[in-house]
Amino acid sequence: MVPRRKGQGHHRLMPHRTFVWLCLLPLAAVTAAFFLLPMARLVVTGAEGPRGLAGYLAILVEPRYRATLNNTVLLAAASTLVTLIVATIAGMFLQRHRFPGRAVLIAMLTFPLAFPGVVVGFMIILLAGRQGLIGDVSNRLFGEKFVFAYSIYGLFLGYLYFSIPRVILTIMAAVQKLDKGLEEAARSLGASPWAVQRDVVLPALAPAFVASGAIAFATAMGAFGTAFTLATNIDVLPMLIYTEFTLAANFATSAALSVGLGIITWFILALARSFSGSAVAAAG
Amino acid sequence: MRDRLIFTGQLVFTLLVAAFLVVPAALSIMAGVTVNYFRGIQSGVTLQWVAQVWELYADTILLSFLIAFATLGVTLAAGVPAAFALHVQGGRLSRVVEEIITLPLAIPGLAIALALLSTYGGFSDFRRSWLFILVGHVVFTMPFMVRSVMAVFSTLDIRTLDEGAASLGASPWRRFRDVIVPNAVPGILAGSLMVVTLSLGEFNLTWMLHTPLTKTLPIGLADSYASMRLEVASAYTLIFFVMIIPLLVAMQIFADKERAR
Amino acid sequence: MNAAAGHGASVRIENCGKTFADGTHALEPASLDIARGETLVLLGPSGCGKTTMLRIIAGLELPDAGGKVLFDGKDMTSVPIERRNVGMVFQSYALFPNMSVVENIGYGLKIRGVPRQERAARVAELVALTNITGLENRRIDQLSGGQRQRVALARAVAIRPGILLLDEPLTALDAALRERLRGELNRLLRTLGITAIYVTHDQAEAMELGDRVVVMCKGAIAQIGSPREIYFTPRTRFVAEFVGAANIIEGPLDKGYLVLPGGRQPIGGDATQPTAVAMIRPETIAIVDAAGASLSGMIDSVSFIGDRQRMVVSGASDKPITVDAPNTVEAEPGERVGLLIAPDSVRLLPQEN
Repeated sequence: MVPRRKGQGHHRLMPHRTFVWLCLLPLAAVTAAFFLLPMARLVVTGAEGPRGLAGYLAILVEPRYRATLNNTVLLAAASTLVTLIVATIAGMFLQRHRFPGRAVLIAMLTFPLAFPGVVVGFMIILLAGRQGLIGDVSNRLFGEKFVFAYSIYGLFLGYLYFSIPRVILTIMAAVQKLDKGLEEAARSLGASPWAVQRDVVLPALAPAFVASGAIAFATAMGAFGTAFTLATNIDVLPMLIYTEFTLAANFATSAALSVGLGIITWFILALARSFSGSAVAAAG
Repeated sequence: MRDRLIFTGQLVFTLLVAAFLVVPAALSIMAGVTVNYFRGIQSGVTLQWVAQVWELYADTILLSFLIAFATLGVTLAAGVPAAFALHVQGGRLSRVVEEIITLPLAIPGLAIALALLSTYGGFSDFRRSWLFILVGHVVFTMPFMVRSVMAVFSTLDIRTLDEGAASLGASPWRRFRDVIVPNAVPGILAGSLMVVTLSLGEFNLTWMLHTPLTKTLPIGLADSYASMRLEVASAYTLIFFVMIIPLLVAMQIFADKERAR
Repeated sequence: MNAAAGHGASVRIENCGKTFADGTHALEPASLDIARGETLVLLGPSGCGKTTMLRIIAGLELPDAGGKVLFDGKDMTSVPIERRNVGMVFQSYALFPNMSVVENIGYGLKIRGVPRQERAARVAELVALTNITGLENRRIDQLSGGQRQRVALARAVAIRPGILLLDEPLTALDAALRERLRGELNRLLRTLGITAIYVTHDQAEAMELGDRVVVMCKGAIAQIGSPREIYFTPRTRFVAEFVGAANIIEGPLDKGYLVLPGGRQPIGGDATQPTAVAMIRPETIAIVDAAGASLSGMIDSVSFIGDRQRMVVSGASDKPITVDAPNTVEAEPGERVGLLIAPDSVRLLPQEN
């Protein structure tokens, strides 16, 4: 077909314009009333505490908050890294080989895809809680119950649980799009399998790593349900915001902290978008 | 020979990862239907825990469905026309609007909930009703519906179809009804599945917005994990699985069909 | 539905130009008069503004300030397309995937509130007219390109429009199909007798279908005329080269003769300028014996096209000359031949910088 010159808004229908604005109205009203206005109010609330606007810097200045922030960032980063490694090995394997039961294996790896954080927390409790499987097995083998669900290690495992399905899917899609010709060319030039991975495949997957890694990181940063289910005293930012709000009634602090958290996650996702080109979401 | 080793190694690794994900879910399902979790399957299969869950938490399940479908209704009514408007308008303004609309995805549910509380917490009637939770769900799920419908429009040259109908004399509303919406159905369906699934499982927002009288299923789940015995919590989780997994499967099948087209 | 079905409305465009939001001048202000029942073709390369002009007539674009569009003398400039009662065939056909063939064709009638029985009768009439009997209940994605084109046409014509607008309707089809449908389209337009405005970049289509052809270039009208006028007496080099193959020859003029490296060529008329740019169509050049011919050259190549031979002759002019000779002419590459051209076949073009 002869390609048309497609301009933005070039070929617009005339009286149609009113209808188009009308179409946008309900959404605009809902967004303004229930998102923009509240977010603005939140930002204002964050500055209403005893420290005023400086309350916003508290996240970086106060040692206690800074410790929480460090914890959260480290945990999110570590879980993202491990997720990427695990998902790449498994994802590449699944995408590149066909064998009976492959579909079932993929289903097993992706079924937790939209699980809420609470359920993931429960899964971790079943694995590593007081009555968990790991505790049982370790008891039988070593005589000591290995329980770690209610700590930062349990949370780490929880982050793995809900990140792996998402990242595996992204990696698999990216692997599918890889040009096999490039790998064959490298091999024809004498590269060993490891060299091919290192010099051709992994660099080609880099955008997918960045994009899905950013999502995993942002989701881990903002994850509340999982931490809440595991224990209310795990020291991560969402839990801090929660306790400041409900237990200490520090509205200003919790508002400032959550605005700060929102900015951090938005920034990371914006970065991811510039690498992958499509809007991405944090949920969990 | 070395290839086979690598293959087997990767296979074992992948199986281990799959086990990590599947085993606790299987345990949970099992625990929900066995008389005694610790004695395992020998203690017998029973639905007593499920019955108990229903007794204790039936209202949460019903409220979750109510909110999910109400959320769907609102996102359809506001999201589909808006997706059309944004697509047809094009240009920088519509891209900015799109950015704003997808902001809720980038901000943690906790923050959105606090924002809603700080603005509308004072209107106690509103605050105490399930509509308050509905609002949070709508804000969170709307971007998915809008994006899903816009994705369909972009593959379809909906602008020319619209012009075609206009050239035949159809008014904008008529065109929307006869041509735009029917051809957006795949995107609407995909978006609807997404919205309902997300709403049913939403916790971060809902936990902050709920009251003892407006509890949804995930809230009930958190409650049961904290205070109920393992079998009851597992049975409750089982009910959740039964609700959500068919939706996930439907979404996957739908996505595969769309990709194959 | 005020225009009499059968002969259509007259169209007048006054000073319609179009500048888009990003500054592109898609169309320079142009004026045009189209008679009732006439088929007018807008011909030109992509980007020349022909589609923009069509869309302004349709009501899909507003002309820049000062531009007016009149149907039968009535000012339609601010009337949106929904109320202009035009029939439009889009380049991509714009058939509704959610409707069957008959539902598509009947859509305009449905909007106008035509009762079901009458609608069905009219749709059946058009199905027969456009030769798509048997496809009535098919969905759009089950149709071939040619079938879709006919459905699009049937749909546009069903509402008995005063004006039919066609935006490159045959471009999406392969060459063989295009030629066949061109003939069908031509017959259909003659049968219907309504005013039709047809946009294309294919000069063969323009020649076959148009009562008059408007050749456009870079947003402006280059020439308006009947197909013969455009072909035999192009006004600019662009028109000459766009509509058919053309040999463009430049040289000094001397007492009614064009002086060329290979000899002299007599030209008609009484031009007195010192040098001239001339256009000569390949099929108007006859290959004759070199002996005694006033213009001669050497054959570079002979290509058999099927219905004729295309020869390239060098040496006669500073550039090689293309000659379309009948298959009866026997000539070999390397041969010296004479070129016989009637003076009337030499068309002088304005000097362009």
